[in-house]
Amino acid sequence: MYEGVIQHLIDELGRLPGVGPKGAQRIAFHLLAADPEDVKRLAAALVEVTERVRFCRTCGNVAEADECRICLDPRRDLSVICVVEEPKDVAAIEKIREFRGRYHVLGGAISPIDGVGPDELRIRELMTRLSDGTVTELILATDPNLEGEATATYLARLVKPMGLRVTRPASGLPVGGDLEYADEVTLGRAFEGRRLLDV
Amino acid sequence: MPPRDGAGPRQRPRYFPLRRIRQLPQAVRDNGGVHQYRDDGVVLRTQKLGEADRIVTVLCRTTGRVRAVAKGVRRTKSRFGGRLEPFTHVDLMFHSGRSLDIITQAEVIRPYGAPLGGDYPRYTAGVAMLETAERLTPVDKEPALRQFLLLIGGLRALGEEEREPRLVLDAYLLRSLAVAGYAPALEECARCGAKSNGARLPAFAIAAGGMVCASCRPPGAASPSPQTVALMLALLQGDWEAAGRSERRHRVECSGLVAAYLQWHLEHSIRSLRHVERA
Ligand SMILES: [Zn+2]
Ligand SMILES: [Zn+2]
Repeated sequence: MYEGVIQHLIDELGRLPGVGPKGAQRIAFHLLAADPEDVKRLAAALVEVTERVRFCRTCGNVAEADECRICLDPRRDLSVICVVEEPKDVAAIEKIREFRGRYHVLGGAISPIDGVGPDELRIRELMTRLSDGTVTELILATDPNLEGEATATYLARLVKPMGLRVTRPASGLPVGGDLEYADEVTLGRAFEGRRLLDV
Repeated sequence: MPPRDGAGPRQRPRYFPLRRIRQLPQAVRDNGGVHQYRDDGVVLRTQKLGEADRIVTVLCRTTGRVRAVAKGVRRTKSRFGGRLEPFTHVDLMFHSGRSLDIITQAEVIRPYGAPLGGDYPRYTAGVAMLETAERLTPVDKEPALRQFLLLIGGLRALGEEEREPRLVLDAYLLRSLAVAGYAPALEECARCGAKSNGARLPAFAIAAGGMVCASCRPPGAASPSPQTVALMLALLQGDWEAAGRSERRHRVECSGLVAAYLQWHLEHSIRSLRHVERA
């Protein structure tokens, strides 16, 4: 234990994800030894992010205005929505520069054991977005685990009467790996999602 | 933590006096030390831990319910891959840790979750089974072989297409309650023991432990139809033929009674029950 303010800082840092008590102590002493101007910039960034960042009222992504920069971008394809669990999934898909449509962030996946059902996610908001007929394709990019799979199944069934094209990114073998090391579940999914090699 | 004399076995010098060596096996069990064990079990639940790890709760055949850490399992290149997803029956190697054990190897025996992701009613029924199995094995590492076997049987039945998932769930709930010592009385009065003898017991009293006769009936007890009681009995006894002939309204009534009975006896709500869909 340290004196007052230092311990306070260590306690606060220790609450961050992936930071244990030792890590918190290390970061605290790093900050104490650093240039005060650098630390002030970090503090300002922390304050700024809490004051300025909110969630896009349309898609649920992080935004600095009422809507995020993707929803505000007139070049994005309005006919396609890609559904993801978290804002960080938006960032991951944006990095591949392949997808030109817009997103819908659910805020998680259906997880009955944690008390998270369809009503706890932004599914009603999604249905509202789909209701005017602009969107013709839905990509269900929830996580490739059982909860993500079940969430995609639930959504596919829900939107079925709307007659949209509903797809799910293939999940399968990690690129760069050997087939023999793949587990049975991954290998099974890869076989389900196999595509025609048209040569 | 109780104060311990000296360091853990890892730091113990080899030239210990004999008297201390005799104590060693107990000490190894107490604080884990370097100890490996192998067991097979069903993954009940996973929770995120730190950046890339998960805490995995497994109902094991020999050990009972274990909570263990799977390191790096959330990375796409993890050697565990999808092996530690809920519902998977896995062969595991554990390393005893100070607070939580660590999973060092996992091989799939049968991925019971594979057919569930694409079938929402089956998935939600299955999750309620896993949550119940966890609740009925409240003590860490207390052997629960019958609960384990019942869960395996339930998951296998859930994967069979001709079975209605909610019916499989209700059968599992009734039978796991029975294994835990809470079987509802269906053929005799739960309070006075009077046999139904063909005449029907009029009411189901959750707190009393099942069906009750007219004179034992407490106020507010439910009055299920005789077909519903017969369905509960069939599910408890594993008579799938009789259960399969039941009508939907009796199945709905049965589910309601079983859910209320389960949660009263567990003194805890099963969160996933609210989300179970009837196919
Ligand atoms: Zn947006
Ligand atoms: Zn009686």
